[in-house]
Amino acid sequence: MRCLQVSNQDLEERIPSYEELEKLENEEAGDRPKWDNKAQYMLTIVGFCVGLGNVWRFPYLCQSHGGGAFMIPFLILLVLEGVPLLHLEFAIGQRLRKGSVGVWSAIHPYLTGIGIGSMCVSFLVSLYYNTIMAWVMWYFFNSFQETLPWSQCPVNANMTGLVSECERSSPVDYYWYRETLNTTPDIDNTGGLQWWMVLCHVSAWALLFICISRGIETTGKAVYITSTLPYAVLTIFLIRGLTLKGSLNGVKFLFTPDMNELMNPTTWLDAGAQVFYSFSLAFGGLLSFSSYNSVHNNCEQDAVIISIVNGATAVYAATVIYTIIGFRATEKFDDCISGNILTLLNTFDLPEGNVTENNYDQVLHSLNGTYPEVIQGLNLKTCDLNSFLSEGVEGTGLAFIVFTEAITKMPVSPVWSVLFFIMLFCLGLSSMFGNIEGVLVPLQDLGVFPKSWPKEAIAGTTCVLCCLVGLIFVQGSGNYWLSLFDSYGGSIPLLIIAFCEMVGVVYLYGIDRFNDDIEFMIGHKPNLFWQITWRFVSPAIMFVIFVFYFITKVQETPMYKAWNPESENFPTLEEKEYPSWIFAIIFILAGIPGLSVPLTAIYKCLRNRCCKKDNEFKQDDLNTIIYLIHLVILFKRI
Amino acid sequence: MLVWILFLLCQVGAPALAQDLCQRDAPNGYKVRISLKTALGEDAYEWNQSEMFFFQATMAFAMRRHFQMETYNVDNIILCVQTSRVSFWFVVTSPDNTTMLIPKADVEKAVRMSRHRINNAFLLSDRTLEFLGIYPTLAAPVNPDTPPWLIVFGVVIGAVCVGIIALLISSLLQKRRKEKGMTEDGQDEEDMQVKGVENGINLDGTYNRGFTDDDRFTKL
Repeated sequence: MRCLQVSNQDLEERIPSYEELEKLENEEAGDRPKWDNKAQYMLTIVGFCVGLGNVWRFPYLCQSHGGGAFMIPFLILLVLEGVPLLHLEFAIGQRLRKGSVGVWSAIHPYLTGIGIGSMCVSFLVSLYYNTIMAWVMWYFFNSFQETLPWSQCPVNANMTGLVSECERSSPVDYYWYRETLNTTPDIDNTGGLQWWMVLCHVSAWALLFICISRGIETTGKAVYITSTLPYAVLTIFLIRGLTLKGSLNGVKFLFTPDMNELMNPTTWLDAGAQVFYSFSLAFGGLLSFSSYNSVHNNCEQDAVIISIVNGATAVYAATVIYTIIGFRATEKFDDCISGNILTLLNTFDLPEGNVTENNYDQVLHSLNGTYPEVIQGLNLKTCDLNSFLSEGVEGTGLAFIVFTEAITKMPVSPVWSVLFFIMLFCLGLSSMFGNIEGVLVPLQDLGVFPKSWPKEAIAGTTCVLCCLVGLIFVQGSGNYWLSLFDSYGGSIPLLIIAFCEMVGVVYLYGIDRFNDDIEFMIGHKPNLFWQITWRFVSPAIMFVIFVFYFITKVQETPMYKAWNPESENFPTLEEKEYPSWIFAIIFILAGIPGLSVPLTAIYKCLRNRCCKKDNEFKQDDLNTIIYLIHLVILFKRI
Repeated sequence: MLVWILFLLCQVGAPALAQDLCQRDAPNGYKVRISLKTALGEDAYEWNQSEMFFFQATMAFAMRRHFQMETYNVDNIILCVQTSRVSFWFVVTSPDNTTMLIPKADVEKAVRMSRHRINNAFLLSDRTLEFLGIYPTLAAPVNPDTPPWLIVFGVVIGAVCVGIIALLISSLLQKRRKEKGMTEDGQDEEDMQVKGVENGINLDGTYNRGFTDDDRFTKL
């Protein structure tokens, strides 16, 4: 392995030695913040990893890639990709005791780009993630009403009927696209700032500021609530969900294995990507949080525990979500059949109870035989339970359309609505803590803010800046901007950064030195499993996922789905192509964090070359001056 | 004799005439559809001739109420085309002239006025007692003075502002306490040196102020 390692001079001068670490540990000196107890650390990491993706991305992937069969690639890639990367980030952060920029510039100055890339990605993700929090808060505020506003269509201006846009789609769709987002038909129309959303946006950032104002001092207290509440709410929903009719249809639909999906490479790709994003790797937040640990904390054990918790939470949340979705689908199916039965009864003046769900098909068949033209003219809807179960169940569509509709059908809806949105808010807020940590600590390391500023001022300035930039997402077209940022800012750059992280630690820092560090910290050398995964398996998996993602994204024309009441297929979302100026934005989102690694390396290299001579000259000058001073003192004594 | 023939004709003709007035798709009639099982489930009562009589009486009441004429009677409401769905057609004749029908529009107005009473009489609703062609009026939307969400928002923002102010005040107090602590420590040290206490041991002799560490307090 020595031949593959790049020579890394002066590494010892940039990192604390074992003696220094022991001294730090024993004397408790140093101005670096510390966790109050292990529980705070674990809750913060769990909160960072367990986020909205576990609730609205994993269940969808599970159901669309063969249900129970999806668990197999998910678990395999969790073990081969997730756990090693997690252990690596924990260990390196704990050893070098700095934020992401600090760690990478300590390993090698040319690698500072990795830290800067992490910071950029964390910044971009924070911007749009908090807008989702603003949407959650809006729904939360509106849940304190007896009849939820998304349960019925509003009456139109002259009170003759319901609003046409709502009638053609559904009350929940209308509430989400019109009353919440007030969305424009395409991304070119900005639609102006929506004042109610601006209020929610500002309150989301203000709430976040309170929780992060003093770093982990305040965050550590907040996570006691934000990390534990979602589990309580999920359990309440599970109990409620299992007592509703049709919930088991949903669970069966979710977990029914379809082994053929394992042959499909997209399944493995999606599983790998989900494991990767679910662990919030390469954001820099995990590194920062681990650096506040004591030196001899058992990071290996932590990595394994966190991985298990994350995986188990994903499966648990998927079960809960699908009990509720099963209930909704069954209700819609029953309504559909009842509607058809009523139409038949009314047309043929049959007594009530003659046609039930059981004999519906028979009766329809016999009637079709005798009166085919009449049956054709009725336009009976086809009712298929499976199509209701697979309706739009990922992302914001799941939380704000499908789930809210299910809640309106449950008794005592406002209570369930409040609980659900509190849970979403806590899940998102705890992830935001990690994102913001990945932005604030590098900014401090880079010295962007003056050293005299207190922590609160730095946090406040960052929050105000992000709030202002985030106003893009509360315009009329904000939803389209958000999905743009999500698909391009939060995907490809992370893969590049994670790959560079692994390569940097294993080959530049030195896997042997890393093994020794871990032995110093936790008492034993990492075993064969870690060696193989760190050196070959995980980087290989990252590389494969990156290549496939890149090829897929580059090949397809970027399209987005727009809510256009004028379109032909309304209420189905209209697929539109992005305008040409969007490509500049995509390049900024995906290119700049990704390219920051090589660009910073080149910049540092050039600066080193041209300033090296000057440095040496200055050193000589200084030596001469010191020599002269010594001479003067000597002469004075004489 | 002629009077006899006329009388016979009337007896036969009247119901026949009534039949002509009330028929399926009658221009001045309405179709009524009743869904008892949907509305009442297990407690559904049986729809029989007595219930039909009750319907006639309710419609007569509605006409009386609308026109404010006390002359409408159950005979003025003619029902026909009954099906087992429980649906039928009805027309309303004028109390002054039984061959003349009340126009559709007037019947509609009468029904709309007393719709609530008619529904309640049969323990049904707008959806389960349908007058095909007369659409139920939509409930006027309840518009509270302040939207409820603004109230909750106000509470949350108030709590957040209080939190921010508390935070800033506590950090200011902490800073002031730290500064105070530092100056006090400095004074203690100097006093200890003056009294000749070093390393906890009292030294004898006078303290030479020429060697005090004044530089300690000059900060650049």
